[in-house]
Amino acid sequence: MSRIGVFICHCGENISATVDCEKVAKVSGFLPGVAFSVDYKYMCSDPGQNLIKDAIKEHKLTGVVVAACSPRMHEPTFRRATAEAGVNPFLCEMANLREHCSWVHEKGDATTNKAIDIVRSLVAKVKRNQALYPIKVPVTKTALVIGGGVAGIQAALDIANTGHKVIMVEKEPSIGGHMSQLSETFPTLDCSQCILTPRMVEVAQHQNITLFTYAEVESLEGFIGNFKVKIRKKAKSIDEKACTGCGMCTTKCPQKKIKSEWEQGLGVRPAIYVPFPQAVPNKPVIDRINCTYYKTGKCKICEKVCPTKAIRFEQEDEVIEREVGAVVVATGYDIKRTDFFPEYGYDKHKDIIDGLQFERLASASGPTKGEIRRPSDGEIPKNIVFVACAGSRDVAKGIEYCSKICCMYTAKHAMLYKHKVHDGNAYVFYMDIRAAGKGYEEFTRRAIEEDGAKYIRGRVSKIYEKNGKLIVVGADTLMGAQQVEIEADMVVLATASIANKDSKDLAHKLHVSYDAHHFISEAHPKLKPVETNTAGIFLAGACQAPKDIPESVAQASGAAVKVACLFSNDELTREPIIAVVNRLAPPAYSTCTGCFLCEKVCPYQAITREEIKNREGNVIRNLAVVNPGLCQGCGTCVALCKSKSIDLQGYSNDQVYAEVAAVLDTI
Amino acid sequence: MIKLGFYPGCSLEGSSREYSESVMAIAKKFDIELVQVPDWNCCGASAAHNMSKELALSLPARIIALAEKAGFDELVVPCAACYNKITVTKHELFEDVTLKERVKDIISLDYTGNIKILNVIQMIEKYIIKDIDFKLENKFLHKVACYYGCLLVRPTKILQFDRPEDPQSMDNVMRAIGAEPIDWAFKTECCGAGLTVSRPDVVNKLSGNIVEDAISRGAEAIVVACPMCQANLDMRRPGIDKYLNKKTTIPVIYLTQAIGLATGCTEKELGLQRHFVPVNLS
Repeated sequence: MSRIGVFICHCGENISATVDCEKVAKVSGFLPGVAFSVDYKYMCSDPGQNLIKDAIKEHKLTGVVVAACSPRMHEPTFRRATAEAGVNPFLCEMANLREHCSWVHEKGDATTNKAIDIVRSLVAKVKRNQALYPIKVPVTKTALVIGGGVAGIQAALDIANTGHKVIMVEKEPSIGGHMSQLSETFPTLDCSQCILTPRMVEVAQHQNITLFTYAEVESLEGFIGNFKVKIRKKAKSIDEKACTGCGMCTTKCPQKKIKSEWEQGLGVRPAIYVPFPQAVPNKPVIDRINCTYYKTGKCKICEKVCPTKAIRFEQEDEVIEREVGAVVVATGYDIKRTDFFPEYGYDKHKDIIDGLQFERLASASGPTKGEIRRPSDGEIPKNIVFVACAGSRDVAKGIEYCSKICCMYTAKHAMLYKHKVHDGNAYVFYMDIRAAGKGYEEFTRRAIEEDGAKYIRGRVSKIYEKNGKLIVVGADTLMGAQQVEIEADMVVLATASIANKDSKDLAHKLHVSYDAHHFISEAHPKLKPVETNTAGIFLAGACQAPKDIPESVAQASGAAVKVACLFSNDELTREPIIAVVNRLAPPAYSTCTGCFLCEKVCPYQAITREEIKNREGNVIRNLAVVNPGLCQGCGTCVALCKSKSIDLQGYSNDQVYAEVAAVLDTI
Repeated sequence: MIKLGFYPGCSLEGSSREYSESVMAIAKKFDIELVQVPDWNCCGASAAHNMSKELALSLPARIIALAEKAGFDELVVPCAACYNKITVTKHELFEDVTLKERVKDIISLDYTGNIKILNVIQMIEKYIIKDIDFKLENKFLHKVACYYGCLLVRPTKILQFDRPEDPQSMDNVMRAIGAEPIDWAFKTECCGAGLTVSRPDVVNKLSGNIVEDAISRGAEAIVVACPMCQANLDMRRPGIDKYLNKKTTIPVIYLTQAIGLATGCTEKELGLQRHFVPVNLS
């Protein structure tokens, strides 16, 4: 005979405001099999947990139902308390009275009755629960870092410095990410390349880091501690071992006018190229779309001039497989381009550029060698307008969030411009100046007060070209929304930060969730900011939300610590919520008929075949067996098993039917 | 022959008769019969919404109800203000059932709101453009500035017609008759219509900027689809010239007049003699 204890939590007023908790406790006490029931204000608190522990001992309870919040919140808490009182933790279940009842209904009898129904159904289930024991799995102590920007670099170096192996995958020919494109960085104005390139080199030279550039993650299977990753190494068309990076090929390539991605289209590169002089690795790749040889079948000049015969035109993509124990996603962000803005001319005007393009213009290594010259005619603009929040915080544009970095980099841009063009005018249209960060407010004040950037609070409705000038039409909301018109020579739009275009695909490959804007979701916005909902996969940098460099680096170090924690164990314990094929005494062995439909549908390849032999050693039966290390407990095999031979531990058909039947009884 | 409902509105009966004439002329050319909604009333465009919300909704609702009663599936509304008011009313009554019942009660007519409202550009896109090559007699070889004004494309969410910042539909129609639409900055800027009686100085300034930009980019004509825009840019030209401090001669024609000229309608059929700024395009 079961002796179940039911514990009703008020959750402060979260539940008790709409549910009559005392009544629920009282009614629950009369349910068959319930030996004890009580309500309490905060069941998750220390006294609340003690209440449960004491009741278990005093009333010799054989099962526990805690009717409180979502199991995602406190199931581990209550299972731990149950275990401490000497009862198997899997004999404790949670009835979700908060998210499933009190938060979504009005106060009243119907709500209280629903709460009672939920409790009754969980009581019916817990009576059929069985003691389960955690599964132990080994850990592969190698981390995969996806993305070689500043966040990926930081995470990789931190993990590698704890003595663990790291595999870094970067889709571009060089690591460095967007930070390598920046001129100076706020709020100190130190040169971006100067602080980043030493770290890039460190990655390449670190004995614990294996670097794959021009490569992408093809698929990821497995689970925490035991992932298998397939990496597509795109054909670089060179032999990396033979290539010395001498640069002969890139100087002799006849294709010289291809728009450089790294220069944001403001500079050019050849078809065989390294994206920038400080690239890591400093070895070229052939852009097959623009290469004369791949287009016409003739040329091969690079092959002729290469002193080490390193060119490989016939090279193909290679897919390699590696085992890793943890993954750090650091794939970064992108920005909206100027063609997104009809009111600013859909990219019609050459001298309306985005923030990254301005970074290239201001950079000493950029196409103008750091002189601010406008793209159309190379003139130095005397009047320059910066438009903050271009696309951000704009529901009509579908981007309601703040891109976070633009206030600061726009102040920096205005400052850099004023440092280089002393007699020029820099205007900044802004909504609010969001400069919350160490030294940030001081920085924007400096742009306004010391460098004389003219800040205008208001939005720009329209930019059009007239007699070679860009007419910027806006409002000054501090002057009674007066219309402002500025004749500008150049306009810089601080366009919205957005998720990378392949962010969603990657999330699907990694089985992690993403938000409406395709940024990858963290497990909890406050308490689990670097974890994803998939155990063993962590986040670093702007792939999660727009972030500046300090924040990306901090998060990357956080993710690295999480990986290091994981790798400090030799084996992991997993919840035993897995499928099991029943076994019976010979001669039946099992009700499994050996159809192996389960093998076909299992998404985790967790089903294997076991041969049953007789005394003579002849195979008499083939049975399905679930590998507990691989099974994720999805239940697909249970649904498809024709002979009902597979069941999910903790959620067996018997338990779930009992749960449903208990609810249906009252209707 | 296609038969469509037709709501002229007051402008097309008065100050913009040439719009009505030219719409009728090209409809005839392309075998479309435009049948006036019987017993139609003012849409309330300029005044009603300042007085009462119920009045502003009831006036257009009555027009829709009458058109539905007459059995039309589609109603052509050439005036941009009428088009805007009628479409917005349809939207508001669709969104709010209580309001719809109240308005039905006021107008004492059945109202479903299922009728489709077409502005002239939409009518051309749907029924005329496909046959235009066959009917083209003399290509309209002029550089034109297509001026959409404020009412035709906004509010975007409700009208769902063309892109609000840099619309293209009229440009495409002009291309189809051989004209070269220019890329310019004032396609959807306000002409000042709302202040045309009380503050003509404001109208002169706003309309003046529009005229000047069109001229400076080499347009030979401004093409419009709204009677208020046409009236302001054409009739107010002396004031505009004073504001611009120069004599301007660029004519302001309806897109239906341009199509008419290209498909062999006479100047009289198109009402070209009614303009204040003489039209010398052929």
